[in-house]
Amino acid sequence: MNSAAIENGTQRLKWRGLSPWLVVSVLLTLVILTPIITICTYLFHPPSENWGHLVDTVLPDYINNSLLLMIGVTFGVTSMGTITAWLTSMYKFPGRAVLIWALLLPLAMPAYIIAYTYTGMLDAGGPLQEWIREYFDLQYGDYWFPEIRSVGGAIAMFSLVLYPYVYLLARAAFINQSVCVLEASRTLGCGPWSSFFQVALPLARPAIVAGLSLALMETLADFGTVQYFGVSTFTTGIFRTWFGMYDAVAASQLAALLMLFVFVLVLLERWSRRRSRFHHTTDHFRRLPEVQLSPGKAWLATVACFLPLLFGFLVPVFQLIIWAVSTYEEMIDRRIIELAQHSFLLAGSAAILVLIPALILGYRNRTDPSAIMNFCSRLAGMGHAIPGTVIAIGVLIPFDLLDNMIGPWMRDQLNIETGLFFSGTVFILLFAYMVRFLSVSLQSVEAGLGKIKFSMDDSARSMGLSKGQVMTRVHMPIMKGSLLTAIVIVFVDVLKELPATLMLRPFNFNTLAVRAYELASDERLADSSTAALAIVVVGILPVILLSTAISRSRAGN
Amino acid sequence: MANIFKTVFRTINLVLGFIILLTQSVVHAEDKLVNIYSARKEALILPLLERFEADTGIAFQLVTGKADGLLKRIEIEGEATPADVFITVDVGRLYKAKSAGILGQVDSPVLVETIPAHLRDKDNQWFGLSQRARVIFYAKDRVDPSELSTYEALTDEKWRGRFCIRSSSNVYNQSLVASMIEHLGLEKTEKWAAGLVANFARSPGGGDTDQLRAVAAGQCDLTIVNTYYYGRLLNSDKPKDIEVADKIGVFWPNQDGRGAHVNISGAGVTKYAKHPDTAQALLEYLVRPESQSWYGERNNEYPVSSGAEIPPTLVFLGAFTADTIELTLLGENNKAALQLMDRAGWR
Repeated sequence: MNSAAIENGTQRLKWRGLSPWLVVSVLLTLVILTPIITICTYLFHPPSENWGHLVDTVLPDYINNSLLLMIGVTFGVTSMGTITAWLTSMYKFPGRAVLIWALLLPLAMPAYIIAYTYTGMLDAGGPLQEWIREYFDLQYGDYWFPEIRSVGGAIAMFSLVLYPYVYLLARAAFINQSVCVLEASRTLGCGPWSSFFQVALPLARPAIVAGLSLALMETLADFGTVQYFGVSTFTTGIFRTWFGMYDAVAASQLAALLMLFVFVLVLLERWSRRRSRFHHTTDHFRRLPEVQLSPGKAWLATVACFLPLLFGFLVPVFQLIIWAVSTYEEMIDRRIIELAQHSFLLAGSAAILVLIPALILGYRNRTDPSAIMNFCSRLAGMGHAIPGTVIAIGVLIPFDLLDNMIGPWMRDQLNIETGLFFSGTVFILLFAYMVRFLSVSLQSVEAGLGKIKFSMDDSARSMGLSKGQVMTRVHMPIMKGSLLTAIVIVFVDVLKELPATLMLRPFNFNTLAVRAYELASDERLADSSTAALAIVVVGILPVILLSTAISRSRAGN
Repeated sequence: MANIFKTVFRTINLVLGFIILLTQSVVHAEDKLVNIYSARKEALILPLLERFEADTGIAFQLVTGKADGLLKRIEIEGEATPADVFITVDVGRLYKAKSAGILGQVDSPVLVETIPAHLRDKDNQWFGLSQRARVIFYAKDRVDPSELSTYEALTDEKWRGRFCIRSSSNVYNQSLVASMIEHLGLEKTEKWAAGLVANFARSPGGGDTDQLRAVAAGQCDLTIVNTYYYGRLLNSDKPKDIEVADKIGVFWPNQDGRGAHVNISGAGVTKYAKHPDTAQALLEYLVRPESQSWYGERNNEYPVSSGAEIPPTLVFLGAFTADTIELTLLGENNKAALQLMDRAGWR
């Protein structure tokens, strides 16, 4: 290599370093990280004496429980999500057509709501144990019954409502993989099982891990469920320390420790994707063969796919309906329509808004997979694992600072009263959602971009398409399914989101989730069921839409 | 192409909806207005506020939320806060609001005359608006009330594995323990908490109603809950709830001594209130006898003023001697209480 070439190379590097898109991406990451940075500034305050107290008494519990939850949920969502995705993609069995979309339904069920319903059913005072006692003429304690309010119970709840993340991404991966690869493996002597474990599963692994990491982040950030179950985790600890001891410093130290957990997760996910730039080696797509199973096996498959749906959706909805029957007349008033409108608008605007930074970061990451960009997009996605209230505080502080700077200036110069223009309106809420749900959107966008090979760009360009045309005429059709996934999941997540909504919403502005939470936390479960059902109903429609779109998106069909 | 138009049309629709949403939330600039941040749930405050608006012609805007979140929000909003009134439950939170410096002083002879001194702040920054008793409930078929006497006696060995209570994260429990610290001292209270934990039938969890259901179901024989949860079961239109209530008796502890533990729901006017006059008018409205009776009718809470009508449920629960400890002290002891419960293993 001569010196001119080297010079040329460094110049290109320099140019790349200063690319406007890189600057935009880095700035975007910084803006999205503002709340987390804000919280981290507390770390530089002198350490408080409470930290010692935490370490001596409750911290081991927090770590233990959080770890147990993560391990349990990993096992739960991966097994349920992957098995159902594989069965519905590859085999024919009774009920499959319905199960394909119905398996997504638990996504519309907030974790704290499912926790309330199962506690209502399985608690010592619930109908099931009551029946056992009456039927067998026993007293409480004479028989063994699992305690729902426990780490195990929490794992079950999270697994049941979070497995759709894995199912969704794994299924998209399975149906997009070339049959030829699978068939080749079969001709090379793999049975159906080893073909699954040795070919399909490794190929789908990045998708599965992506879904898993979303589920785990959601688990770590949860407050409602673990608090109701009395399971102390990092999240409940942060709350107790911040609001109980009024110690923001120790609380943010806990939050930092939580972020360390997340960071390890992120690294693990990266590590599992280290070969994700290996695309499928063949383009021979044709209809998936959809093997017909023997009757016995087919029914087994039906049962396997029906169980997650049954326990993650049908049973809790059934309980909600039973509660709602006795209370709905009082609870359906003119307000509930307004609540549904608010929820819908908020979730809809957030879902589309979040897509913008996700696309920018996703594209930047594709064209320039440098360490910096990689790091940026991982960091920007971390908000998903931070409890909503912590994000809310992290958002309030800078926005109120902004309002308190702009307000007086506008008053003096223009004589306009702006009030809390940013922090007192829906604006701040949408920003908080962006911080919280960017990673969800980003995962889908990246999955979509991963399907587009660079050779496709090159051939499209060589055929005379401009860069913009490549995006609209080549990328968009390929990515349509993924973008829709991004929109729908964020939509449903915002619909269910509680802590940030509760803390940041403006005056006279309630949502379905707020209504459901208020009544439930006032221990009026039956009254809260109408609003909870409304959340589920509003969430179901886009989920079904999504599922049909994914089935259609497969190449070869 | 038609598809793209459709998408564009939908997006525009959404954006329009969003703008409507934004303008909706811009604060009114009326004079006869009061802005409220309330940690009391909408269902437990809105009807009263609507009456207030009808009676006085003062409009109101309301945000509800968790006490700590709203408190933090007012604190961060600083001088620009739109909140005029902060309504919350439990003196622990009112005390925190005062310590955080978000409340202003209210000079109202009406409030000072109506509310007993121990139920309001000595600097007139917060005022109790209703009282809530936290007492012992027992399984009628397994516990003879003559076996019961005081909160302290619950650590007796005979109750091993027979006591249920919710988590120490719950502020009602924190305030109860804070009052014990004031009466017994730190050391004795810690011993008491450890003794109580030793008697737990199960790891703490759920809400107060769940504890009552657990007692009825036989999972435990004793619990400590706020009386209005029991009142709700009693007045429920569901036979199952009434069945639960029928199996449970109320016991007023420490009647020969300091009295049963009582807490408050209350409110204060924010330091940077833009409408301090209407805010004060609201607080004064809430201690009128009609409003005070409403707390009892709607949620079985006890009035802070004399002269309010006592609803049948509260009459049924019986008269009792209440601990008249100055409630500020509970706020002061809150942190010590929390740490003590951590050490005692009260999850």
